[in-house]
Amino acid sequence: MVHAVDGISFEVGEGEIVGFLGPNGAGKTTTLKMLSGLLHAESGRADVLGYTPWQRSKELLSQITLVLGQRQNLAWDLPALDSFDLNKAIYQIPTADFERRRERFIEILDIGEIVTKPVRNLSLGERMKVEICAALLHGPKVLFLDEPTIGLDVTMQRRLREFVLEYNAEENAAVLLTSHYMADITALAERVIVIHHGKILYDGGLKVLAEEFGGEKTITVHAEAVPDGLGYGGIIEQTSTKLSLRVPRSEVASTTARLLNDVNVLDLSIEDPPIEEVIERVFATPKDEG
Amino acid sequence: MLALAKYYVAAGKLSIQAQIQYRASTYFYLIGFLIEPIVYLVVWRSVAESQGGSIGGYSAEALTAYYIVWTLVRAMNVGFDPNAWGWRIQRGRLNEMLSRPIHPFHRDFAWFGGGKFVWILLWLPMAAGLWIAFRPQISPTLGEGVGFFIAIWLAYAVRFALLWALGMITFWTTRGSAVFEIFIGAELLLSGRLVPLDLMPQWTQNIGAWLPFKWTFQFPIEVVIGRLTGGEILTGLAIQTAWAAALIALIWTFWKPAVSKYTAVGG
Repeated sequence: MVHAVDGISFEVGEGEIVGFLGPNGAGKTTTLKMLSGLLHAESGRADVLGYTPWQRSKELLSQITLVLGQRQNLAWDLPALDSFDLNKAIYQIPTADFERRRERFIEILDIGEIVTKPVRNLSLGERMKVEICAALLHGPKVLFLDEPTIGLDVTMQRRLREFVLEYNAEENAAVLLTSHYMADITALAERVIVIHHGKILYDGGLKVLAEEFGGEKTITVHAEAVPDGLGYGGIIEQTSTKLSLRVPRSEVASTTARLLNDVNVLDLSIEDPPIEEVIERVFATPKDEG
Repeated sequence: MLALAKYYVAAGKLSIQAQIQYRASTYFYLIGFLIEPIVYLVVWRSVAESQGGSIGGYSAEALTAYYIVWTLVRAMNVGFDPNAWGWRIQRGRLNEMLSRPIHPFHRDFAWFGGGKFVWILLWLPMAAGLWIAFRPQISPTLGEGVGFFIAIWLAYAVRFALLWALGMITFWTTRGSAVFEIFIGAELLLSGRLVPLDLMPQWTQNIGAWLPFKWTFQFPIEVVIGRLTGGEILTGLAIQTAWAAALIALIWTFWKPAVSKYTAVGG
């Protein structure tokens, strides 16, 4: 028998945003579905706001939200405003709170015009904005966001990220987020959990992850002239005016000093490897090394 | 309870608005519903006329009334098709329903219930056309009219709960549609949908008396076409209520074990 998730254990604190990373089939969505009460775990224990999620108590479901990217929860043929009203009844949201949040979200997401149009007439990005607005009207304390920006253009992705950040700051809500877009993770989460084959490979700070698994840095210099035959290893790119090197972290200082000595540097940058690359290394690392 | 009532009002309103958007397709559904009873009507009227004007206590005009009312009862007792549960699960729609603090039964019951108001409105001109074409024999009293109004809503509750309970089989097997086929066959014979039960053999009537089918079709029709006494109407309404309560209790009992089998496919 293959277990979708196997012996994973982690805690997420109030107001914390955690990125949940892993390749397709790693167990991310399964974990989110278990924690939001959709799936019943065969064994083990989970506690969300003091409730066992798969017992599906109304008290818990009223305080959480689950957003599945590109899934449509609103009435297709009606304006989103009508579905918002239905959510008010479902979650028994006091009128004052409902109106305050609705107006605030409409303003932040800039959806004043689109909420009056039938959902079927909206673009994917517009639909996602009204979906996430509807999903947060009851003021959930825990947000499970599964690929919330999938299929959206970069502007729309940024807008949704800003909205989640703002909601998190205002309501002190915990957010557990999965995304294949690293920009989502780096913009929102300081902590990440990396999962693969149903097991947690890493749980910690995003920066620490880059340091632990991004063993090398990239040094790039732009110079008036970069002569041949300087004898550097790890060359990524070399032109007559540019040199990019990949060097171990321990050699960054000495290599930089040498470069400053060897060429007439106009500009110099030292960068961590792209986070995607770091994550790939985590996946490739056996568990006992990670 | 008040919160649930507010939910029903909100969901019902939303459903009415959505049904109005779909009024053309709703009308086609209703027209589709006409074909079945018109076939029964023509056949049984011919049989009645060949037997001297009546059969099983039904005159040709009473049979006409039976099948015209049938069209409204049929529209009223449409519920969530058990075959559609597979689609709902595959498309991930159940995920959204399960993640909310309201039982999906309420969601469906309110949604289909709200739509009935639009269906009734659209049925009226169609019924008028049938009335002019077939001249039925029907003149309900006020009591029968009120009884009929309650009976069609209870018929909706019974059949809806029955279909929903059948749909829940999908949590255990993806082959639930076979059971639905058996249900449709049994319903045709034992509900008065195909033909009034009085025209069926006695043993069929005996079996039908112990099953819920009759209360979803024949009973409401008989109430309004004047074949029942006041006492029989009240007893029938009580039996409908008992069936609805029993089926809903069954759904509530098996809901938790059913959901624990859910694999939440489809995103």
